[in-house]
Amino acid sequence: MAKHHGRGVATINYPIGMNLGGDPSQALVHSNPTGKFTVSLSSIDLGQGMKSVIRQICAETLGVPVADVYVDTADSDTGPHCTGSFASRGTHRVGNAVMVAAREARAVMMEAAAEELEVDPGDLETDGRGNIRVKGAPHRSITVREVAMAAQFKQGKTIAGRGIFLVPLSDVDPETGEMSPATCYAHACVIVDVEVDDETGDVSVLKMTSAYEIGRAINPKMVEQQLVGGAWMGMSHALYETVEPYYPDPREGPRDFNEYLMPGPGDICPHEIVVLERPAPDGPFGAKGIGEMCANPVLPAVANAIFNAVGVRINDLPITPEKVLRAIKARGGAVPQARMR
Amino acid sequence: MKTPIQFRLNGEDVAAFVEGGANLLDTLREIVGDLSVKGGCWQGTCGTCTVLIDGVPRLSCITLAETCSGSSIETAAGLRRGSELHPLQIAFMERFAAQCGYCTPGMLMAAKALLDKNPNPTRQDVIEAISGNICRCTGYEPIINAVLDAAREHARSRA
Ligand code: FES
Ligand code: FES
Repeated sequence: MAKHHGRGVATINYPIGMNLGGDPSQALVHSNPTGKFTVSLSSIDLGQGMKSVIRQICAETLGVPVADVYVDTADSDTGPHCTGSFASRGTHRVGNAVMVAAREARAVMMEAAAEELEVDPGDLETDGRGNIRVKGAPHRSITVREVAMAAQFKQGKTIAGRGIFLVPLSDVDPETGEMSPATCYAHACVIVDVEVDDETGDVSVLKMTSAYEIGRAINPKMVEQQLVGGAWMGMSHALYETVEPYYPDPREGPRDFNEYLMPGPGDICPHEIVVLERPAPDGPFGAKGIGEMCANPVLPAVANAIFNAVGVRINDLPITPEKVLRAIKARGGAVPQARMR
Repeated sequence: MKTPIQFRLNGEDVAAFVEGGANLLDTLREIVGDLSVKGGCWQGTCGTCTVLIDGVPRLSCITLAETCSGSSIETAAGLRRGSELHPLQIAFMERFAAQCGYCTPGMLMAAKALLDKNPNPTRQDVIEAISGNICRCTGYEPIINAVLDAAREHARSRA
């Protein structure tokens, strides 16, 4: 009876977004008379941080401070259409739509500024701090607020823009079944170290090491947060969570958090993460999406690590101590595999 | 018949009429109007409803409101002093310790109970203090680090 160490590896190519009838999202951007901007969306932020990322993308495209952009996702009845917050599509699809809208709004803003400064709009630039100035002659400048006031009350212009980003429906070749469901893919590799107790079947995750290629980390802290939290969820799906943990009859399934198990703060492990950035040609500032792919590869890596540790393949989730123990018994004992370095 | 109860909530006197058997969570949210307290399961298994009763972390969903008469209750709404955030609140923001934020009030109060009692906790102390609180999003690591940061900050500010 012993505890065995094992190491498992998994890699993933993750398609960003989905393609069932085309995958569009829309955005509207407008300024109010004080030179602050509102992005209207129907896309939902449920904690993944989309509002922050959209705010950054919009501010950068407009050339104004992040603090001057407000993202309104209040109402999917009245907001512009979005396919939804799933399939890791928010940053990519919505971000692109916001860039299109912000570019259109910026063009109007520059025209209005040009009229005030009596120059050609092509000679103007933003400084990202709330000013618009003549290239090469920064003393000739006007604040975004003054421009918004002039557009509203003097020039009768709407500083606004519409944006849509659509990945059109990809037809399936009837002969080969071939199609292009996604326009960009993110990539990752995860290594999981586990310890398996061959007396109890208990699996502890000791360490995770991962590399994620995500195009561009628009908000690096939130990327890290998503990767840490997602890996926990992957580990939870691999080893803990199920609606029917031990009993075939669903009526015997879990009814609450006492019975629906998840790893607690004492079950987590160190996780070393490397983020690689290879900008996607069609991503907003090169960004792809990291929503779901942070959880997925952890599951096969855990299963592989268990095989490496005790020589048993468990093919259904979650990998409970009971399943591990039965499989070890069926194999006549733990059979540790060659250690991976 | 309703019972009158009185307690202190974040330093203010509060009086309310509650139904027999009413729990403290619903009383705080619906009668007193403190929406900083969240309910997740209403059966004592998720921890998000954690409040401090006379300094001790308690699950407000399974605490009878009537038993709180005369107690002093602390909730997340009482953490800040005027415009000044509590070190835990600052650390939670700086460490990105909230995603959806649903567990956050309970985590903050469980952590506050720990730091009030033990200003220099180890990582293991923090893990134990929040082990009754479920978080779906963060993987706990950012929360543990935030509590340790807040403890260090607290120690520095008093040194
Ligand atoms: S609501 Fe009280 S423990 Fe979940
Ligand atoms: S931040 Fe979502 S549950 Fe903890």
